Amino acid sequence: MARTAPVPAATEPSLIRNFCIIAHIDHGKSTLADRMLQLTGVVAARDMKAQYLDRMDIERERGITIKSQAVRMPWEVDGVSYALNMIDTPGHVDFTYEVSRSLAACEGAILLVDAAQGIEAQTLANLYLAIESDLNIIPVLNKIDLPNAQPEKYAEELAGLIGCEPEEVLKVSGKTGEGVEALLDEVIRQLPAPTGQADAPARAMIFDSVYDTYRGVVTYVRVVDGNLRPRERVQMMSTGSTHELLEIGVSSPNPVPTKGLGVGEVGYLITGVKDVRQSKVGDTVTNSVKPATESLGGYEEPKPMVFSGLYPLDGTDYPALRDALDKLQLNDAALIYEPETSVALGFGFRVGFLGLLHLEITRQRLESEFNLDLISTAPNVVYEVMGEDKQMITVTNPSEFPDGKILEVHEPMVAATILAPSEFIGAVMELCQNRRGTLRGMDYLSEDRVEMRYHLPLAEIVFDFFDHLKSRTRGYASLDWKADGEQVADLVKVDILLQGDQVDAFSAITHRDKAYSYGTMMTGKLRELIPRQQFEVPIQAAIGSRIIARENIRAIRKDVLAKCYGGDISRKRKLLEKQKEGKKRMKMVGRVEVPQEAFIAALSTEEPKKK
Amino acid sequence: MPAVLPDGDPAPADGLLPASCAHEAAGRSMSFYVHIPFCSVRCGYCDFNTYTATELGSGATQASYAATVSREIDFARQVLDSSGIPDRRIDTVFFGGGTPTLLPAADLARVLGRIKTNFGLVPGAEVTTEANPDSVSSESLAELAAAGFTRVSFGMQSAVPHVLKVLDRTHNPERVPQAVAWAREAGLEVSVDLIYGTPGESLADWRTSVEAALGYNPDHISAYALIIEDGTKLAAQIRRGQVPDIDDDDHAEKYQLADELFAAAGFSWYEVSNWSRGPRHACRHNLAYWQGGDWWGAGPGAHSHVGGLRWWNVKHPAAYQQRIDAGISPSAGREFPDAQAVQLERTMLLTRLNTGMQVSELEPAGRKAVAGLIADQLVEPGQALAGTIVLTQRGRLLADLVVRELLDF
Repeated sequence: MARTAPVPAATEPSLIRNFCIIAHIDHGKSTLADRMLQLTGVVAARDMKAQYLDRMDIERERGITIKSQAVRMPWEVDGVSYALNMIDTPGHVDFTYEVSRSLAACEGAILLVDAAQGIEAQTLANLYLAIESDLNIIPVLNKIDLPNAQPEKYAEELAGLIGCEPEEVLKVSGKTGEGVEALLDEVIRQLPAPTGQADAPARAMIFDSVYDTYRGVVTYVRVVDGNLRPRERVQMMSTGSTHELLEIGVSSPNPVPTKGLGVGEVGYLITGVKDVRQSKVGDTVTNSVKPATESLGGYEEPKPMVFSGLYPLDGTDYPALRDALDKLQLNDAALIYEPETSVALGFGFRVGFLGLLHLEITRQRLESEFNLDLISTAPNVVYEVMGEDKQMITVTNPSEFPDGKILEVHEPMVAATILAPSEFIGAVMELCQNRRGTLRGMDYLSEDRVEMRYHLPLAEIVFDFFDHLKSRTRGYASLDWKADGEQVADLVKVDILLQGDQVDAFSAITHRDKAYSYGTMMTGKLRELIPRQQFEVPIQAAIGSRIIARENIRAIRKDVLAKCYGGDISRKRKLLEKQKEGKKRMKMVGRVEVPQEAFIAALSTEEPKKK
Repeated sequence: MPAVLPDGDPAPADGLLPASCAHEAAGRSMSFYVHIPFCSVRCGYCDFNTYTATELGSGATQASYAATVSREIDFARQVLDSSGIPDRRIDTVFFGGGTPTLLPAADLARVLGRIKTNFGLVPGAEVTTEANPDSVSSESLAELAAAGFTRVSFGMQSAVPHVLKVLDRTHNPERVPQAVAWAREAGLEVSVDLIYGTPGESLADWRTSVEAALGYNPDHISAYALIIEDGTKLAAQIRRGQVPDIDDDDHAEKYQLADELFAAAGFSWYEVSNWSRGPRHACRHNLAYWQGGDWWGAGPGAHSHVGGLRWWNVKHPAAYQQRIDAGISPSAGREFPDAQAVQLERTMLLTRLNTGMQVSELEPAGRKAVAGLIADQLVEPGQALAGTIVLTQRGRLLADLVVRELLDF
């Protein structure tokens, strides 16, 4: 613990170390971070709440970090007091851009790997990002207290990956605290101090932006040049908008206002804006009176990759869903949505997400924090489609897919990295080939672990790819992907028709070779799920006007109680009254009554239950 | 009569009816239902409120039953008078069960006599008893006719031995024509009951039963699709896979076959499950249920409907007898359906009849649905245009669906 901590706004850059921790979900990053908070004295042991940094309930539930935070901690080495800024990074592939901004705020990274499991694909991906950002890497094996830890084996793996000696890999236990002090010492010894021009116009990079109900948007920045002071006006360089700095400070880990932030320092700004889209991750903050001429670069607008329709189960919840999305958007610049109407599902929203986890988290938050019951349609990616008129149109919803002759369809591609034990190479290759993937390379990380690199259509991995990957590799494989251009492919829209009426919620864009299997799967599912009606109901799958699959729901022939005498009347009336209640949960598609449960079941990936 | 009683409000010990019933009752016919809760064996499909000697336990016996139920008839007279219900002679009487003919004919005659002395019968009143072909004789039927019974309804169910076996019916099918002949000799109207769709019954089996029933030359036939009621032996056998489940499509096909065979033999339908040789032979007692008549149901588990109030008696014969002995009302619960519920009841009951329901009685949304019902061949177009909803054969098979459309849900 440091005796005298350096004071914010008056700390020499040479006394500052900015670092992050790169780790896979459940490899113990949060536990290690908590241990550091405790050892450096910023959080007393008795106030320690397990995994202090993960603030959102969902994060704690799922054991993952979605939004990053930054904490300033004092640490003393050789009698000199330093200021350490630990910048927490999102741990998931959907948030690659946020990760890259967090990395850009650091000079070094701790590569943290579970000594019992070895490195995972997402960690590897983030490690590449860190090396590309010229970060110094400190390799660390965690959980060395576990009985099944294999520190020697994985030290060799890490050494091979980053080009160091196995002996240089540090070994710690976040749980017991073993090796953590030495690690803090090494952070100061091995990582470079930040550099920047103290007298230049202020430039600070936003690496996180969080909406707080009481304070409005809290913006986390890393100052590169110059300094920021309270009460001065700042300017966001991507939009030119200006705001007054109502408060500026550092987290330790609770917010502490300071007299400003200087070169190399990390802290937070409060400007009174109410929406994170006014304070965007990656943007450069400068002084509006004496602005910098050039931004720090690297800013990108968030780009949704996956779209899904979200509908309230109860149509009267539509305004509540809109309010809830509005609220979530305050804290999630990547979330975009617009109203959408579905014949089958009523009023809802087409929502764009960074990826599947982003979708799942958003949906879960809408349900748990806003008490909404939702149906979501099968997720789809964004296509560029050229019709006969040679106009390219962007399709985010199968219903926008143009009718008539299609000249070209472009689909987004990803570069996927899959790490798996080598015994599963065949299984992984088979899966990727089924998903129209192309193998781009394969390397052995160690004798029995292999890294496979695939070029895959995003559409092929958004639905159930990861589940299949896990089941084929007994849970051992890990996956990482990033957007990687687009390709022209033979894609078609498959529509599902109930008694000739198209059911928009079930339309899908698929590769022509898979259209038939989608059609038979969906028509078969619906035949099981939709109750018999008084007329025969054909269920068809069609590409344009061509029927590719067909099932029939036979007409119901009897719907009458045989006996209705004096003693049956009350009971029979009550039965009808009950049916009246059940009817409220029916949706009409043309003349066909479809229970809401059928929509939910048909849109889920699980096998339908017998009706 | 199903064994499970509905939920309702508690019934008062004095059995008195609300004041509004007196006004409602005026102008309606009055009937009596007498429940005889005894059987010699319990059939595998039956969930009716009936007891074999061994199931009955102590406290109530077949021997004392006629006396007990007669006391409820006295009680009825007193309650209806005290409630201000207008005095009405009885239009129809129906003895059901159970197996009414398990009681000596003299007992049934005594109970009927009690109704006559308390209320009187209208001239030409219809008095029916259900009967098991095994538990009647030439003499017993003649005795019933002499006591004022006019009609007997035989539980024939099937003419095919393997079907009767699944149903647990013990009578010998050859006994039925004999019983029908005796009833005829006694001057009684004759109805036979059939059940179709029993597990293992083929379409040919069913045809055999229908043709056999027609061969006995009855005046009236009821044909019911087998219902698998919870808690019956048959339900358990189906659940365990020992007997195949029933099938609605099979039921529909058999209904159509029966309807056609009956029609060819000169029978016409007048209710979903009932056919007669012309309107004169329809069961007036059952018509009273469907057309909103009043009736008092006497006996354990019996349901009553007077002046818009519905109530039902305690189920077990022993509990029933205790109430009667104590001089308090045997009713277990009651309900007073509101206007919406009455409309629902009228719609579901009247549409089952060949006389149908007036379009003018429907709410606007229900009237709007009629065109669609015509298009779907569920109601007779000519009669609908003339203002009456009458179901087609297809409509009778989908009567519940039609009711939901007419009530707009």
